[in-house]
Amino acid sequence: MTAALEDLWLTYQSTVAFVGLNGLLALSVYATLSCGQLSLAQAGFMALGGYTAAILTFHSGLPFALVLLAATLVPSLAAVPLGFPVLRLKGVFLAIATIGFGEVVRIVFVNLEFTNGALGYTGVPQRTRVWMIYAALAGALFLLWRLRRSRAGYALEAIREDEPAARTMGIHANAYKLSMVVLGAALAGLAGALEAHFTFMVAPSTYSFARVVDMLVYAVVGGAGAFHGPVLGAAFLTLLPEVLREVGSRVGLQPGPLRLFVNGLVLLLVILFLPNGIVSLPQRLRERREARRPGAARAG
Amino acid sequence: MLLELDEVERAFGGVRAVDEASLQVARGEVHGLIGPNGAGKTTLLNLVSGLLRPSGGAVRLDGRRIDRLPPHRIAALGVTRTYQNIRLFGGLSAADNVVVGAHLRRDAPLWRWMLMLPSAGAEQRQARARALDLLRRVGLEARADEKAQNLSYGEQRRVEIARALASEPRVLLLDEPTAGMNPAEVASIAALIRGVAAAGQSVLLVEHNVKLVMAACDRITVLNFGRVIADGPPAQVARDPAVIAAYLGGER
Amino acid sequence: MGQQIVNGLFLGSIYALFALGYTLVFGVLDILNLAHQAVFMLCAYVALLAVGHLHLHLFLAFPLAVLAGGLLGLLVDRVAFRPLRGRSDSNISGLISSIALATILEAVALQLFGPDVERFPFGTVPSRTLRLGGAVVSELQLVIIAIAVGMMAALTLLVQRTRLGRRIRAVAESPRAAQVLGVNVDAVIAASFFISSALGAAAGVLFGLAFNAINPDMGRAVELKGLAVIILGGMGSMTGAAVAGFALGLLEVFTVAQIGSSYRDAIAFGVLFLVLVVRPRGLLGQAATREA
Repeated sequence: MTAALEDLWLTYQSTVAFVGLNGLLALSVYATLSCGQLSLAQAGFMALGGYTAAILTFHSGLPFALVLLAATLVPSLAAVPLGFPVLRLKGVFLAIATIGFGEVVRIVFVNLEFTNGALGYTGVPQRTRVWMIYAALAGALFLLWRLRRSRAGYALEAIREDEPAARTMGIHANAYKLSMVVLGAALAGLAGALEAHFTFMVAPSTYSFARVVDMLVYAVVGGAGAFHGPVLGAAFLTLLPEVLREVGSRVGLQPGPLRLFVNGLVLLLVILFLPNGIVSLPQRLRERREARRPGAARAG
Repeated sequence: MLLELDEVERAFGGVRAVDEASLQVARGEVHGLIGPNGAGKTTLLNLVSGLLRPSGGAVRLDGRRIDRLPPHRIAALGVTRTYQNIRLFGGLSAADNVVVGAHLRRDAPLWRWMLMLPSAGAEQRQARARALDLLRRVGLEARADEKAQNLSYGEQRRVEIARALASEPRVLLLDEPTAGMNPAEVASIAALIRGVAAAGQSVLLVEHNVKLVMAACDRITVLNFGRVIADGPPAQVARDPAVIAAYLGGER
Repeated sequence: MGQQIVNGLFLGSIYALFALGYTLVFGVLDILNLAHQAVFMLCAYVALLAVGHLHLHLFLAFPLAVLAGGLLGLLVDRVAFRPLRGRSDSNISGLISSIALATILEAVALQLFGPDVERFPFGTVPSRTLRLGGAVVSELQLVIIAIAVGMMAALTLLVQRTRLGRRIRAVAESPRAAQVLGVNVDAVIAASFFISSALGAAAGVLFGLAFNAINPDMGRAVELKGLAVIILGGMGSMTGAAVAGFALGLLEVFTVAQIGSSYRDAIAFGVLFLVLVVRPRGLLGQAATREA
């Protein structure tokens, strides 16, 4: 009986952990989306965080808290020299450049003998507990929640709405954008470290462009207009395949392709029909109802 | 002289949008900038506010060159503006738009806000109160919490002016602020502009409404094809044959 | 040295063909179609199936796969891009919807074919080699280069000399003006997608033949290199894409010869960064933005 319960917890524990981790990753993408930048370098930052943490765990006796701190700092520092040149780029160019960065990091790790190249580290001790993941997530949510109505938060929204106009109001757009890139890098690095010490391994294949696409999907599906949107998206898209897995296996669908398919389909439906994500659903329904009322007041 | 444009030039490819234009705006002066469509008025404002770099000449504020500075530095030196095609932050409320405008004036260190200190909350309430004040000045206090994109054309223009005033600028650049307004609204804008000047702030007013310009401005510069064809008090400019020719010959 | 040039041109011709697909769509729509690589991958499978299961000769399988690619392109336009026409954020949302569609297509491929590498049946690919100067060139390489260059030439002819080509150029210049002049903009865009994806499909089949390896992941690697190529060549410039494609192929081959193969893929990104930082409009791109 207890063995069955333990089994149950072990299975759910993993899902619960990943909901939290994916939430953190989604927030790291949201950080830059919130000021209008589509920066997709997260896989690279995640790799830097994961590897830093694993290396410190293996080669130093540092307590986990310090390891996590280092894993947050290293990608943050790396984000600065990356940020400077690429922030001048617009839209799709920025996206491409940051994707490139992530890939370069991955390739470097594939070739680094010191870290076992393409195999990476296995046997990373499981120092992460689920509560740590959620503590980190809560911290990130608090940070982003407070940021919203702060002077900086107003500036970020202005930048997202109309960057040149924001500049003429005295807002140092590049400094703000760089800060958000650094924040995104910190969150991705932290998530990478926590994940590495949960899944027992660190390998370049974990940090591929496909991973970044996942994070982007969480943020967009949840809704990139609000700080809690991406977390909702991550939760939804992490749980959905688990729910569908049972159904899928009965029809002969493999879990891997199924998860991919669900991600893609949900993203497509959202971007076509609910572009501001799940969080915008209540507002959209409200607007629909108001528009249908006869004699509804016209704006302006 | 507070604001000085010295033989400013801006070319796009082979076209000289602004051709050796010079003008001066004194402290507390309302200076009109008029001319037919395509004369280069908006380009001139873009040059002053830093969205464009001049290909020749210089722009000076209080004697100091500002034409190579990035827009946010120029704003920090006290130059703000409105836009011909209205560039409000649509998703933000009117009040929030004005609060953003006050960005430079706010003393709100982030760490205080993060720690949820009472002083930070007080500062925020104060920022909002000041924004409401400015909206009251343009007659829009009642619409403060309406999303900017839901406001009418005229209302949006007024919010833009309030936003530009929020940082207490030394020079206010207005780009056709009364386009699409009815005469009553135009009159109130004129009064607002005179009030701003009376407080010691300078205004560079680009306008098509010649009556407004004649009534509200201390001096007027007339632009045609990027060149200055007249510069002086309203009465003098109105009688200038070159000006009359430009307006009769070209579009209004 | 001659050997490297041949190898570089051979690899580059495939990159160029693939990148031209990106460029064509970017030219008319100002959007990057990130589902391009999924079509690339799927049509390689189509060719594989045609040869392996339908026992068609490669001469038939190739055009079949190219046609399939064109049709897929129409689907991509209809599903991922057309519904977004007119939205203010259509650049970013188009990017995202094409990513979504690419993910769906990859999932389908993964489910149908599994993750393992497949190969063409023995004998599909000619294995004769020739000596050309100091280099050993395989018949396959020559055929691939010939087909790629041939398709590029055909594309140039189409764009420069035909009515459709004129319409495509008009829409690329200004959709609004083109519409006023009576051009059916939606149809032209659909045609561009057809051609673009046909090119991508061709590149996919050639790539699969060249390395005799097909798997659902193959699009990913080439996708990013394709992006590097169009950035280097200048987005929207077809000549740029062609030149840059060959350039990247040569660069990669030379790098492998000098430094070793492990950092080969990083070359594309190194180039990418360099270009974006130093000269974002690339070798032949226009600095001016097009009007809406």
